[in-house]
Amino acid sequence: MGLVGKLLAQRIALGLLLLFLVSILIFVGTQILPGDVAQSVLGQSATPEALANLRAEMGLDQPAITRYFAWLGGVLTGDLGTALTSGQDIATSIAGRLANTLFLAFWAALISVPLAIFLGLLAVRYRDRWPDKLISAVTLASISIPEFLIGYLLMYFIGVKLGWAPSVATIYDSMSLGEKLQAIALPVAVLTLVVLAHMMRMTRAAILNVMQSAYVETAELKGLSMFKIIWRHAFPNSIAPIVNVVMLNLAYLVVGVVVVEVVFTYPGMGQYLVDHVSKRDVPVVQACGLIFAAVYIGLNMVADIVSILANPRLRHPK
Amino acid sequence: MADTLLDIKNLKIEATAYPPGEPPQDITIVEGVDLRLEKGKVLGLIGESGAGKSTIGLSAMNYGRGGVRITGGEINLNGRDIRKLSLRGLRAMRGAEVTYVAQSAAAAFNPAKKLMEQIVEATLAHKRASKKEAEARAVELFRKLGLPDPESFGNRYPHQVSGGQLQRAMTALALCPQPDLVVFDEPTTALDVTTQIDVLAAIKEAIADTGVAALYITHDLAVVAQVSDNIMVLRGGNMVEYGSTEQIINDPQEEYTQALVSVRSIEHEEKQPAPEPVLKVQNINARYSGTKFDVLKNVNVELSPGQTLAVVGESGSGKSTLARVITGLLPPRDGKIIFDGRELNADQASRPREDLRELQMIYQMADTAMNPRQTVGTIIGRPLEFYFGLKGRKKRERIQELLDEIELGEGFVDRYPAELSGGQKQRVCIARALAAKPKLIICDEVTSALDPLVADGILKLLLRLQKIEDVAYLFITHDLATVRAIADSIAVMYQGEVVRYGTKSDVLAPPFDAYTDLLLSSVPEMKLGWLEEVIAHRRMESAGH
Repeated sequence: MGLVGKLLAQRIALGLLLLFLVSILIFVGTQILPGDVAQSVLGQSATPEALANLRAEMGLDQPAITRYFAWLGGVLTGDLGTALTSGQDIATSIAGRLANTLFLAFWAALISVPLAIFLGLLAVRYRDRWPDKLISAVTLASISIPEFLIGYLLMYFIGVKLGWAPSVATIYDSMSLGEKLQAIALPVAVLTLVVLAHMMRMTRAAILNVMQSAYVETAELKGLSMFKIIWRHAFPNSIAPIVNVVMLNLAYLVVGVVVVEVVFTYPGMGQYLVDHVSKRDVPVVQACGLIFAAVYIGLNMVADIVSILANPRLRHPK
Repeated sequence: MADTLLDIKNLKIEATAYPPGEPPQDITIVEGVDLRLEKGKVLGLIGESGAGKSTIGLSAMNYGRGGVRITGGEINLNGRDIRKLSLRGLRAMRGAEVTYVAQSAAAAFNPAKKLMEQIVEATLAHKRASKKEAEARAVELFRKLGLPDPESFGNRYPHQVSGGQLQRAMTALALCPQPDLVVFDEPTTALDVTTQIDVLAAIKEAIADTGVAALYITHDLAVVAQVSDNIMVLRGGNMVEYGSTEQIINDPQEEYTQALVSVRSIEHEEKQPAPEPVLKVQNINARYSGTKFDVLKNVNVELSPGQTLAVVGESGSGKSTLARVITGLLPPRDGKIIFDGRELNADQASRPREDLRELQMIYQMADTAMNPRQTVGTIIGRPLEFYFGLKGRKKRERIQELLDEIELGEGFVDRYPAELSGGQKQRVCIARALAAKPKLIICDEVTSALDPLVADGILKLLLRLQKIEDVAYLFITHDLATVRAIADSIAVMYQGEVVRYGTKSDVLAPPFDAYTDLLLSSVPEMKLGWLEEVIAHRRMESAGH
């Protein structure tokens, strides 16, 4: 385990370093914007004295480095600050929102990842024949249509015309799991359609690449069936690229769902972020940015870790 | 005829070729080949690359690689034409009645699965034995094939065993289902000579023990002579000659077969070392960054102007590293390179242009050593511009001179590398090196990727050019026949050290050190029973000690 342990430790350390750098970037970015929190709070009624007082009160007269570390220290202890517009604790309001977003992403992933890999395997099995072409055409069409359009189409046909699922995906804590699932059926469908094509095509390409190798020919000459060859010999060797694209899409499911959440008025992170950007609530934007970055970096780190673990040369050194 | 196993009649195999800039066209790779193999016999298929030998071998499993299609004839296996089988029937035959041993076992094993799982896979898939029986059989085969720790060998992953061991494991894979026929496709070509002899002996013994029939495909007549009962010589997809091994080796009828048998007939008179060498390698120690052991240990060799020093050894012996040190690609830890009386800078980037010009290189893979998007004229013209500032008509004339020297005609100036054969590509690389008018050319395995007859042509060309241009060669190779043909002095390398060094006649004359003896006695000789002689001799020696 020595070599693998070392590589994993390196990769995790790199992830943490990256997150630290991103936190600096987010902080600097929000500092560059004209005006500061004190100005936003006081708005039109700001007099120079009132501004100076409020700045001193909020610690804004401190140098940027001090403020950055005060913010970072707060983040590390779970204190994300206070929202300007509502005066609420950001950590508390984000917790519920993040849980909702992860809930949506989880179910979308649970359906789309196995489906994408299955379709990818199927496309390889029937390569260049009609099932392959049909799968490619349908998934490509679904990725080409903007997600808000798919959202409204599904809402109209399935939600309104057929009445199979509610067209507004509002969920409350008091709902049972079944009720929640029914509420999010449409946004999950939209997200699945959006991420499916990318993952399916990557799975197909990765496996086809491995299918060129000599050991697949060996398997063919053993008289194995096509499905056994793909499943036992090609798939285990294509895990690394597949996991990479899966993780990228999972990150999208958390970070990129803004539009879908807004379309279905789903109470998740995306909607929360959009609301507060329009209100110029800088501490909330900073907190959301950091959480999104953490999700992205974390999932990519998982992809790299799986790639390391999937490599037999690293797992079983000489 | 009762014991006929495989009877191929009037075989025709086609493929689709995609010539650059032209529409795809169907080409015939094999035509009108008849072949009959009796149970328990071994037939050698021999020919150069492109002769269709692998294609014919795979046709015994009714398998076409890539876009290759079997379009005519009969392939009768165990009394039925397998061309008429359904896909299901083909699968039932492949891996059960007929199995396959690939040239590169390293690529043919799935890197993600343990050896045992892959070796018994076909046996289990065809329900030819229970898992327990199949594994016991595999262990028995490991033992027969001389693999270490037969009981636990199968628990390893492919990357955990050596190339020679993998090739034997592949043989075990092929024999495990107890097939009627095994197709061996160049099973020892990728191995060092010292490893090849062991694998060859193991394969031969396993064939004899199990009574399986085999098609043995190789380009090396000396190798196939050791294992087969009959030999078929192929060229360009057609049969040239067919006969018993004895007849083919001792009494070849066709001119082409005679050429194959008598290959390496180069005459070269050994020159004595000059007092002032062009290259002195002094006390070189070198290691790659990030490693903790030296790949070159205190290497000392000299090379006289206009002569050839052959550096021989197995893969991993440090011979290519020596070339990297001399060219300055890998600065040594200590030691000096004296070239033409002056000490060269250790690092290539700090060497003056004149040093770069006088020391040129030719590589093993001519394919990858040339820019595929440049014409032959541009490739050869580049050093003329870079070192001599030649332009326009003068440059064109010099390019033509060089092309004449390497025996390529006028039409070649505007051709691209993809339009050349392997031998022609290597000739262009030679011309590019010569264009710089060097004092020393390092030739790194320049003939290893070529067929014997083509390689012969290249060696003859190199010797002729040496006489005209008075250039010295540092000739890196693992092939002792090449060394015998062209060297003036020889350095034998083993694990980073020069274990034997001197003029060719000294190095190749007894008494030998243990390693040189092993190396020399492992080179297959073109005579029947050579393998048994060597193995018996070695057993006697090891019993004596």
